[in-house]
Amino acid sequence: MTNAIDWQLATVTAVRDETPTVRTFTLGLPGWDGHRAGQHLDLRLTAEDGYSVERSYSIASEPERSGEVDITVERIPGGEVSAFLHEVVVPGDRLELRGPIGGYFVWEAALGGPLLLVAGGSGVVPLMAMARHRARSSAASLATAANGAAGTPARLLLSSRGPEEIIYRAELDTLASAGDGFAVVHTLTRQQPPGWTGYARRIDEAMLADVLEPLGASVRAYACGPTALVETVANGLVRLGLPPDRIRTERFGPTGT
Amino acid sequence: MQDRIALMRDDPAVELSVDGNAIAGLLMSVFGREVTAMEEQCAHCRTVSVVGTLRVYMRGPGVVVRCPACAEVVLRVVETPSGRRFDASGATHLVAGR
Ligand SMILES: Cc1cc2nc3c(=O)[nH]c(=O)nc-3n(C[C@H](O)[C@H](O)[C@H](O)COP(=O)(O)OP(=O)(O)OC[C@H]3O[C@@H](n4cnc5c(N)ncnc54)[C@H](O)[C@@H]3O)c2cc1C
Ligand SMILES: [Zn+2]
Repeated sequence: MTNAIDWQLATVTAVRDETPTVRTFTLGLPGWDGHRAGQHLDLRLTAEDGYSVERSYSIASEPERSGEVDITVERIPGGEVSAFLHEVVVPGDRLELRGPIGGYFVWEAALGGPLLLVAGGSGVVPLMAMARHRARSSAASLATAANGAAGTPARLLLSSRGPEEIIYRAELDTLASAGDGFAVVHTLTRQQPPGWTGYARRIDEAMLADVLEPLGASVRAYACGPTALVETVANGLVRLGLPPDRIRTERFGPTGT
Repeated sequence: MQDRIALMRDDPAVELSVDGNAIAGLLMSVFGREVTAMEEQCAHCRTVSVVGTLRVYMRGPGVVVRCPACAEVVLRVVETPSGRRFDASGATHLVAGR
């Protein structure tokens, strides 16, 4: 067992492309003590001269997976750490990190729902851990409950620039077609494929009202992504009548959609 | 002082800020435990906020943490050659939240 405060070495065991600019890294961590959906880890890169930089990356994988975690990183042009991860890191490399970190932006199946998840770009990463955790626990409760209780009702509103930029697109389709109460709503802000009938603008209050409607006013909301988007979502949800303590937010800074 | 607060409220740099989640690891190394789900009270306007929702500026030298209600500084972390300096004089206390 390793303490979350201590720096430890992870081995990159797999690298996979999610979109042209977003990549998932699987990090082997034999001593990993488990995490909660929504938590992140701090990654530290140290140069030979001792100069070091730290950045936070959300854990994408569900807590049910053990011995390894996934992080999903968007490549920021000129970005010190994200560009290094994209250009240099290959399976077999070792990375220094600490975690799991955070106790506010987390969701556990036991907290219940209904769940409203709202993300812009790579802000979907911690919400994906929640969606995966939710799917696992709804499958488990289906298997044990005699009355076949469905999963926590949940809807994800995801803002992406264009169809090629939708992170986890195929897996989100699969989760949404499982028939256990999970829905995905996309908005494509810059480029839409021919025949697109979904939203084609930045998230605004009217869009939030539409997506929220089937869930009712007792939702737990989680919003994550670029700071400007999170501000819009949090303010919009408060104006729509959600109690502020039912809205949890995580701001990634100026990056993203 | 008032001018600076007004500037801060309209400052487009708010979009460059992150929030308390971004310093969860740093705070864990200061306090020895996870504190972002705890509540803090601002010494300037007395607003109680969950630490995870505080406004954090970490692109300059050191880390500046501001109250989301009044924009005053509640915490400051500076790395000096003689070690890390942690100044929490802008917060009255930290309490275990919900
Ligand atoms: C809690 C948390 C979780 C995160 N999870 C993820 C995740 O799962 N996936 C992911 O891709 N990213 C995530 N991020 C963002 C990530 O930590 C880095 O900020 C991002 O990868 C950019 O780092 P970089 O070193 O590549 O770019 P930098 O070298 O830091 O910046 C590159 C350029 O972007 C600008 N810039 C970037 N961020 C800021 C900022 N905050 N303030 C001002 N200018 C800025 C800089 O001015 C610079 O020009 C998370 C952030 C936080 C706080
Ligand atoms: Zn205040």
